[in-house]
Amino acid sequence: MTSFTINGRAVTTDVEDDTPLLWVIRDAIGLTGTKFGCGIGMCGACTVHVGGRATRSCITPLAAIEGAAVTTIEGLDPASNHPLQQAWRELQVPQCGYCQSGQIMQAAAMLRDFPTPSDEEIDAVMTGSLCRCMTYVRIRAAIKQAAAKMGPKA
Amino acid sequence: MLKRLLLGAVVAIVVGVSAVCAFAWRPAIAEIPQPARSSFAPALVAQGEVLASAGYCASCHTAKGGKPFAGGYPMATQFGTIYSTNITPDPETGIGKWSEPAFRRAMHEGVSRDGAHLFPAFPYDHFTKLTDGDVAALYAYFMTRAPVRQDASDNTVPFPLNIRMLQAGWKLLFFTPGRFHAEPTQSAAWNRGAYLAEGLSHCGACHTPRGTLGAEIKDRAFAGAPIDGWIAPPLDKTNPSPVPWTQAELVAYLSTGISRYHGTAAGPMGAVPRGLSHLPAADVAAIATYFVSRNGSAGQGAQGDAAIAKALAADKIGTGLNYDPAARLYASACASCHYNGRQLNPLRPDLALNSAVNLDDPTNLIRVILYGVNAQDGAPGVVMPGFAHGFTNADVARIAAYLRATRTGKPAWPDLESKVATIRAQGQGQ
Repeated sequence: MTSFTINGRAVTTDVEDDTPLLWVIRDAIGLTGTKFGCGIGMCGACTVHVGGRATRSCITPLAAIEGAAVTTIEGLDPASNHPLQQAWRELQVPQCGYCQSGQIMQAAAMLRDFPTPSDEEIDAVMTGSLCRCMTYVRIRAAIKQAAAKMGPKA
Repeated sequence: MLKRLLLGAVVAIVVGVSAVCAFAWRPAIAEIPQPARSSFAPALVAQGEVLASAGYCASCHTAKGGKPFAGGYPMATQFGTIYSTNITPDPETGIGKWSEPAFRRAMHEGVSRDGAHLFPAFPYDHFTKLTDGDVAALYAYFMTRAPVRQDASDNTVPFPLNIRMLQAGWKLLFFTPGRFHAEPTQSAAWNRGAYLAEGLSHCGACHTPRGTLGAEIKDRAFAGAPIDGWIAPPLDKTNPSPVPWTQAELVAYLSTGISRYHGTAAGPMGAVPRGLSHLPAADVAAIATYFVSRNGSAGQGAQGDAAIAKALAADKIGTGLNYDPAARLYASACASCHYNGRQLNPLRPDLALNSAVNLDDPTNLIRVILYGVNAQDGAPGVVMPGFAHGFTNADVARIAAYLRATRTGKPAWPDLESKVATIRAQGQGQ
């Protein structure tokens, strides 16, 4: 039995300890915004927040998150209106869209650590999130637009 | 003539064995009717709870998924597997019929209630330093826990090492019984720290190397040692961290599980900040005071500043377009969490400064890459996922070699790939 919270809701699940968190989120809890990409923690599509930190859920075993707080794309903002989500819509960032929830979750975690990110910081932190449609230029622009809107951290 | 010689030999053996038995023999201490919970003062029980936490009793006396303090936790030693015992107050399988003098003798002398010598897997060589008052508090705490009926598992220590009486010889060679003696030339804080570090919290049990018979080597105290598939780093002047372990860093690490300049507590160390968290802040500071005096970090601030500047510069290596396969692997798998650039964020553990990258042995780094860090260890509620399923041994070796070469000025680790294979074969552990 593993207990944790997901998007603020307490859950307890009895699936096997070594089940990847991604499977639990998609199949046991039924939140399908988080995507399966490579399954080995090398593409970023499955990124969620654990304790506010960007975490690749495909290689995180359920046992590791006992007591932790998980946030998925569905819980990033109650109205799907996080400044990053607004910027994503305004700049029409996605093409096929498959990697984008991972991109947004990674970017949201990054803005906590780097509230006014430089190109170099965006490149260094976002490199682990692959996009086969090559939307990288628009991702970078949307991150900067959202950062400007959010302002420097108080 | 031959007869006489034989007789003499037999007599000598009998006398010798009798002498050993007389020397090694300890009486049983009579069983008592189980004391009522109400016979223990609540304040004493509360004190015992703090002490039991800071002595990490639960770490070894609770099996994975088992009831607290019911024992059965396996400890792999070079002599076989030793299972911890049930220290709940169950009258049949635990310590329910132990009197306080019996409990005190176990703590101070390593002798069970029935007179059998305990194996030093139980760190009585440290607990012997505890005051009678602290032992009484621990007794009160354990006698008021929920009793659990659970028989001890059989140890796998082979004959003749499993003869309990032989432990008396081990004690003669390696064990100095006796309470903690304050060092009059040192401050009260230092002495409090020494009492906790050398006694209750038994830091040396993991951080001091052991000899062939399993005893801590006294003149190499805190020189670092392998423990449960991990490396307990040196806590003395030989610690290889680029930023010195100062008072502030030790306090931060011991009270939060994370140090901005050294990394997070993982593996067997994960239990330590949790265990110490119930102590008063002054006690944690006292432990730090004690280790600062041993590691010589006072006055090395400038060395740390230079190392931090170098680490931040090293962060930029491998970002941007890159054709080096090791750098690309690092950029894809590691940088999104570990890149700092402008300033150090303790939640983005900097790998140039991290203990695991700077130790002489790559074991800790390999373990963390393979198996990650769970939400309980290190920074609470945060995890590092493990890459055991995604990375080949060659991938892990490549990243370890890359970090060692680009982030430290230290010699390359030899035979990395076979080391990764060995650690993978050992598994994640408990």
